[in-house]
Amino acid sequence: MKLELRGITKRFGDFTANDRIDLLVEPGTVHALLGENGAGKSTLMNVLFGLYDADEGEVLLDDAPVAFAGPGDAMAAGIGMVHQHFMLVHPFTVAENVMLGHEDVRGPAKLLDLDAARAKVREISDRFNFNVDPDAVVEDLPVGAQQRVEIIKALSRDASILILDEPTAVLTPQETDELLGIVKDLSDAGTSVVLITHKLREVQAVADTITVIRRGKVVGSAEPTASQEELASLMVGRAVSMRVDKAPAQPGETMLTVEGLTVVDEAEVVQLDGVSFEVKAGEILAIAGVQGNGQTELAEALIGVVTADAGQAVLDGDVITGKSIKEVLHSGIGFVPEDRTEDGIVATMTIANNLILDVHDKQPYAKGLALQPKVIADEARKHVEQFDVRATSIEQTAGSLSGGNQQKVVLARELSRPLKLLIASNPTRGLDVGSIEFVHKRIVAERDAGAAVIIVSAELDEVVALADRIAVMYHGRIVGIVPPETDRDTLGLMMAGAHQEEVA
Amino acid sequence: MTATVADAPAAPAPSTVIPPKKFGPSIALGVIALLSLVIFGIGTPSGASTTFVVARGTDFVHLPAYTAPSRLAAVLLSLVGLGLAGWAAYRANQHRKVGIWLPVVYGMAIMGALLTWAGAGRDATSIQITGLLTSSLFLAVPLVFGALAGTLCERSGIINIAIEGQLLAGAFLAALVASMVGNAYVGLIAAPVAGALVGLLLAIFATKYWVNQIVVGVVLNMLVVGLTSFFFSTVMTENGDLNQALGMAKLPIPLLSSIPILGPVLFNQNLLVYILYVTVAVLQVMLFKSRWGLRVRAVGEHPKAADTVGINVNRTRVRNTVLGGAIAGLGGAFFTVASGLAFGKEMTSGKGYIALAAMILGRWSPRGALAAALLFGFADALRAQLGAIGSPIPSQFLAMFPYIATIFAVAGLVGHARPPAAEGIPYKK
Repeated sequence: MKLELRGITKRFGDFTANDRIDLLVEPGTVHALLGENGAGKSTLMNVLFGLYDADEGEVLLDDAPVAFAGPGDAMAAGIGMVHQHFMLVHPFTVAENVMLGHEDVRGPAKLLDLDAARAKVREISDRFNFNVDPDAVVEDLPVGAQQRVEIIKALSRDASILILDEPTAVLTPQETDELLGIVKDLSDAGTSVVLITHKLREVQAVADTITVIRRGKVVGSAEPTASQEELASLMVGRAVSMRVDKAPAQPGETMLTVEGLTVVDEAEVVQLDGVSFEVKAGEILAIAGVQGNGQTELAEALIGVVTADAGQAVLDGDVITGKSIKEVLHSGIGFVPEDRTEDGIVATMTIANNLILDVHDKQPYAKGLALQPKVIADEARKHVEQFDVRATSIEQTAGSLSGGNQQKVVLARELSRPLKLLIASNPTRGLDVGSIEFVHKRIVAERDAGAAVIIVSAELDEVVALADRIAVMYHGRIVGIVPPETDRDTLGLMMAGAHQEEVA
Repeated sequence: MTATVADAPAAPAPSTVIPPKKFGPSIALGVIALLSLVIFGIGTPSGASTTFVVARGTDFVHLPAYTAPSRLAAVLLSLVGLGLAGWAAYRANQHRKVGIWLPVVYGMAIMGALLTWAGAGRDATSIQITGLLTSSLFLAVPLVFGALAGTLCERSGIINIAIEGQLLAGAFLAALVASMVGNAYVGLIAAPVAGALVGLLLAIFATKYWVNQIVVGVVLNMLVVGLTSFFFSTVMTENGDLNQALGMAKLPIPLLSSIPILGPVLFNQNLLVYILYVTVAVLQVMLFKSRWGLRVRAVGEHPKAADTVGINVNRTRVRNTVLGGAIAGLGGAFFTVASGLAFGKEMTSGKGYIALAAMILGRWSPRGALAAALLFGFADALRAQLGAIGSPIPSQFLAMFPYIATIFAVAGLVGHARPPAAEGIPYKK
């Protein structure tokens, strides 16, 4: 089926997420929609899928204009979508998830015909070698398998256009290769695939056509033969360096020693399983791994947000596990949380107040029961200038800043204490390229000033660019610590749980 | 590539960490059973006996009254409780949950021990087993309907705190309409309408205006208390004909009602109880085996996933909340027409909240709601029986008993139950 979008415009208040976007997807091709986070790719696809109403423009299927009131209409017209955050009901089985919304019924009581659903899952699973058990409960499946369930869901509704929204964000490099193979098979079988991504490697691997979107506008199209540098500069709007400039590390004394750190969550799932490692002053240890393999818990256990059930962490001779978060922070740890809007800033408070969250009760910011607004404002102005926070005033709320500037506020606050250890969880997620460069530069500067640094990142490119050593986590454990020159295939296998002797 | 790094650690040993086992609940059950063994078992004079009457004179099959040594009976019942605590610990050791039957049987065993102890050595009085069970079931009726209403709403993602108000509204309208027509059965038609209206208000505020559902629920309860009390003290007081005590006759089912003990308990009840059986069975099947049920559960777990496959989330929620309100309203008829009483101010006296506890204890399933409600009904019936035989325990304490049981139930004494993931969260596009 041929899909065409003409002049799609979608506004949220004053913000124009999609500005007169045209897109043409030929039958049986893989069309990559390339753009940075926040460029408007997902908005466009949600418009196409009927989740949002477009303010202007039209959608044509095989040259006939269509209007979708909701996802049900889009699916009936043959459009399937695999969302970035899977749309699967966790306590349901695969078969139940696949049948949901178009259930077969049988018998006089019209009860669910689970056998028919199972047969359909098996048929599609066999056709594309998905290896999915129809009776498995979705929450027990690894993310790669969950994604295949999503594809089965779309195919079971006879989708002839399949939209994949950032499908590789949660996959290991090997799972990514498998998925790209599936995409090829699907397009060979006649399905049109729209691949939404910001990862250049994937685009080059499978796309037949590439459309690049920047700030809600189509800025050009490219051939899959285009180089990564060309694609990147088209996506970002200027030439970008794909590397981080840093001198070789000068590791000093051991700053942090972690021994057998273990965290078991409320659902009795072991999230962190006896993790041990060391970080020296003046080096960056990057924690690589697919999301949800214990990296978040590791960072949070070190800072004390979650309580360690066993093991300990020693910072420069002091045991920090078991201390209050305040004590941990003031013993010389800086923490950049994973979700900055939730955990990094208080969105409704001013920039100035966000900058003193950690020291609001200390001299000279407070005297007795009263805050000292003048001191706080002076300090805030200094930080805003130092960290190049683009704001109209320090009295602006932190929530009104762009993602990059919010992250700069978080960094300014966390780096303003003398640090022995900096822990940063996905510090550049969702940031534009300019901000990413800035954040990376500050992190390297902190290392060079003699702090130990732990970076948790789901982006392998970032891990490789920043790390002096790479620790790979899988299922709550560190499967190995390797140098940054290690090739991607090896890292990928380790991220899938192989120990380093096995891949060596 | 060979990963040769000086300080790379050896491959970690296979996982030795086992999640902590949660023995707290089983320990609590065990401690209570031990207390029961000491106080009710050993504390009963050894010579005393308790008389249990298992059949009534009017029954088809005549069974003799049975007199048991009190101490032995109380000890045995306590040991049953202790055994169940052991079973719960065994399951916890295996990281497995126990069924809803366990707390129900456990609760009845411990309360049975209490009853035996209280009835010991009172030759003049006997304990009416059939009567006790019959009133357990009857007192459980509003709890079951209320818990079913809660289950229906929460499975679709709406928290229904307004069950109390729905019961009260149902009780009021049932009495009013039945009195106007002069027929108690018409009350059974009016009651669900009142409950559904309260449910509709809840649904509108929750899905259209995204107001906090717990706050709306509490406010609706207040509103119903205010409205019914106002009409009670004005219209109903001025015109007594509008608030008559009309009753519904018991409808014994031939043959079935002649079964010893259980026959009269289950099959010699009035129409509302029979409706209850059907409602529980139908909802159990529909919720877990039908297209409707699958969609409802999907909406309550992951509304966006439901939306992306073409299910209208808010319409599903409104329908379920109204249906749930209707079912709670029908349960409200219990207080007036099904009990043969006239309407009284705030006569539901917190039963709606107990129903919420039954819903949680029953883990959001109709079958579980029935079992949990029966336990609470039994506790309530026991209080009445103990009062009747002149128990040494102060009646105020006995009146607290169902509520203490509720706190334990809600605190997850019997294993952590997982509510529908999206409950209480408005679905905004």
